[in-house]
Amino acid sequence: MHELSLTQNLIEIAEEHARRENATVITSVTLEIGALSGVMPEAVEFAFEACTKDTLAEGASLEIRHIPALGRCQKCGQECEMESLLDGCSACGSYALDILKGQEMALIELEID
Amino acid sequence: MCIDCGCAPPQPEHDHKHDHASRKIRVEENLLAKNQRLAMANRASFAAHQLFVLNLVSSPGSGKTSILERTLTDLKGKISFTVLEGDQQTDNDAERIAATGAPVKQVNTGAGCHLDAHMVGHGVEGFDLAAADILMIENVGNLVCPASFDLGEDHKVAVLSVTEGEDKPLKYPQMFQAADLMLINKIDLLPYLRFDIEECKAFARQVNPQIKIIELSCHSGDGMAEWYDWLKAGVAGKRRLVSSL
Repeated sequence: MHELSLTQNLIEIAEEHARRENATVITSVTLEIGALSGVMPEAVEFAFEACTKDTLAEGASLEIRHIPALGRCQKCGQECEMESLLDGCSACGSYALDILKGQEMALIELEID
Repeated sequence: MCIDCGCAPPQPEHDHKHDHASRKIRVEENLLAKNQRLAMANRASFAAHQLFVLNLVSSPGSGKTSILERTLTDLKGKISFTVLEGDQQTDNDAERIAATGAPVKQVNTGAGCHLDAHMVGHGVEGFDLAAADILMIENVGNLVCPASFDLGEDHKVAVLSVTEGEDKPLKYPQMFQAADLMLINKIDLLPYLRFDIEECKAFARQVNPQIKIIELSCHSGDGMAEWYDWLKAGVAGKRRLVSSL
């Protein structure tokens, strides 16, 4: 359940940016979470409600954008979509893939007032 | 421009009670940015002391502490260790390590399921890092959460014991992907178990083709020499790196 501490980090970053803009309330939070980030969006949603209590983001809506993963095969150079870290290259079957995309866990955008 | 909200050209009668318009701001900051900053600071401080730093991760009961006990005892006088023990509660592990004579500190994470770079930065305060060759950080027993948190280590070392089932690397791929070395522990028990060690290694390499694997038993001592050679090479690498600068 490291989503709890990640969500606490999220609120900390969001409040810092909102205060810098002299906002008094955060009304919406947009995250990007990659398919290979090891983060469960449902767990973040669950933690978000608890962690935002008594913060600028209390009552804010949460949008989580899922980022599909992309890998490049070290053997044949093929770029392929990945569902999990267990996937091999779609062309040659090798498991030696460099992950190009899908490990993101980032706060992208805030709506503030 | 109004310094409060940046909303308008300055007016002497500017009214600050107006409603601020709702607006969007781009942030684009990694949720682990703070941990990464602190991990980089730890790494710089460890590098200044030519310290080889390992982050030991596994499920509870795989034998991390037992491997450490035997390692610290067998390499006494050859390699100087400092140990940070992470657990949710108790200092039982720190007491076991202290009995080997190595400097050790217990970090209790309370409800936390992993160590983070902040805890490690404070955890090593008071240690004489210049006198140590290796800092061993034994993480909280958990194959999920510690995978995401960089502590400033050189390598994550994943311990998997043969009583756990050979498919652990498939069930917890994040951890075995993050690790550079996997220790398969308790191999002395293999005759009594249905554990396919070759299949286990194949699963680990499916998740991480580069992972190095050492089979050992800290009880019988089998395979420990290969682990010690790997540690010695790591320490020697640190010294070479510094002397070449």
